[in-house]
Amino acid sequence: MTYAPRAKHESTVSRQSTRMPDHNFRYWIIAPSVFLLLLIGLFPLIYSLVVSFQQITMTDYDTSFAGLDNYLHLFEDARLWQSIAHTLVITVIALPLELLFGLAMAHLFLEKMPGRQIFISLIVLPTVISPVVAGATWRLLFDQRYGPINQVISWLAGHEVVLLWNITPHLVYPAILICEIWQWTPFMFLILLAALSNVDKSLTEAAELDGAGFWRIFFKIVLPAIWPVMAIAILIRGVDLFKIFDVIWALTSGGPGTMTETVSIYTYVQGFQQFETSYTAAIAFLIVGLMSMVVIWAIRRMGLAK
Amino acid sequence: MALNRRLNLFGRYILACCLLVFFVFPIYWLFIISFKTPDEIFHFPPVWYPKNIQFANFSVLFKDGDAISVLNSLILAGTSTVIAMVFGTMCAYSLVRFKTGGENFAVWVISQRLMPPIAIIFPIFLLYVYLGWVDTYGGLIILYTAFNLPYVIWMMRGYIEDIPLELEESALVDGCSRWRVLWKVVFPMARTGLFATAVFTFVFAWNEFIFALVLTRTEVVTYTVQVTHYFGGQSNFWAKIAAMSALGTVPVFITVSLLQRFLVRGISMGAVKG
Repeated sequence: MTYAPRAKHESTVSRQSTRMPDHNFRYWIIAPSVFLLLLIGLFPLIYSLVVSFQQITMTDYDTSFAGLDNYLHLFEDARLWQSIAHTLVITVIALPLELLFGLAMAHLFLEKMPGRQIFISLIVLPTVISPVVAGATWRLLFDQRYGPINQVISWLAGHEVVLLWNITPHLVYPAILICEIWQWTPFMFLILLAALSNVDKSLTEAAELDGAGFWRIFFKIVLPAIWPVMAIAILIRGVDLFKIFDVIWALTSGGPGTMTETVSIYTYVQGFQQFETSYTAAIAFLIVGLMSMVVIWAIRRMGLAK
Repeated sequence: MALNRRLNLFGRYILACCLLVFFVFPIYWLFIISFKTPDEIFHFPPVWYPKNIQFANFSVLFKDGDAISVLNSLILAGTSTVIAMVFGTMCAYSLVRFKTGGENFAVWVISQRLMPPIAIIFPIFLLYVYLGWVDTYGGLIILYTAFNLPYVIWMMRGYIEDIPLELEESALVDGCSRWRVLWKVVFPMARTGLFATAVFTFVFAWNEFIFALVLTRTEVVTYTVQVTHYFGGQSNFWAKIAAMSALGTVPVFITVSLLQRFLVRGISMGAVKG
């Protein structure tokens, strides 16, 4: 009983003497985050690695060691490599277009004009919509009969045009790309607009007085100045495009056939429709491995962590 | 020169209006379908604006109980945001003030954010089946919290760096414990950043689809999954798709428009400050 007040007294003393950083404190406060990050960052990796060396499917819970069978199968799996190709095609087309349109739009709205803020606020709306909703919206817009897009095309063509946007092979990619560009160009636009506004005006004005043209000023002064921000925007969008799932799920579900199946869609099909547990784990491990390397390389290269 | 500039301004307005139509018309179309009658939705040629605004499409969602999915989204996104903000801010504070883990830890944290969900969802799904966490609030809240933590840590790291060190030091000199400093000095000082980050975290969780698609069945279906339930072969429930999407999108528009000032910093992961 007599210890209690003394213990209390001691604690106030020790409390007063914590001017130096308390070394346990710094670890206590990161502990919950580290635990949760390991749950989604490390556990799936280890689990995928273990299961990918087994032969588990929905019907057969076979945990015997299968060696590299699943990984060798990755190389023979044409559908997997096609899905990677589809993903890369979407990324390689959408990313530069979003960047260029975003940059052009940022230049358009860079100078003051009445109502500028209202325009900007409205134009960025697509970026905050859920990608699933964006896909659903464009599905309604692209409808061959009741959608407004075919109607407008018919007006322009002067006769009735019926385009089956999410069925016709040569139209599905344009449909996906239009939706993707619609949703994410504002993202690029907003970030680049902020970056452009931060460019030192005295530099560009001095160059203008010296008779330098728009493009010369852009490449020599503006681009180097906005590059750090632009690089991060490209990284974020590039990674997101590689993960693309929601929009395609809503627009085409990977169809017609497997024509628009991306890596994420294919992995989903293998895991949750075909129940190829071990093989899906191998794919997941491949994706995590590839992405980790690219992402960590890019982050370090761009100095993003500093 | 003056004429030239005026024409230039005129030209810029024309371009700006074209862009406005391209970016806003799809949203207009989505919302307008939710107010149309079935006759107007399935009318050829398309009806560009409804004769009467009517809310039957929305009341059906409430009558059938589908609107509960918006409440589910609210519970999942709201709870996970609060937890992620508390844990993430603590972690960010440790990263900033004590350089815990150094740059490698920071890189690892942000690389988690960039990880494709599909690669981690499969093992997580099997784990959740084993634990009986599929289709429960708790399971999804943990996952959303974990998934949003890297973003919170990353953003709060930037905001905490902006807090002057002197305040914390004087609080320590006055005899505050480290926990008290964190709670009484750091959290209040970073409140603007906390608020902005929380809103974005909430929107990310609110808009999330793939985790919810895999891990929900009937009990905790979110509005994004509910929207896709109306897709099906030839008979798309257009009115329901539009009304449900509108229900889920309006809150996002409202919150984001209140936060214009933080929008760039929020979506660029802190690359642009201001």
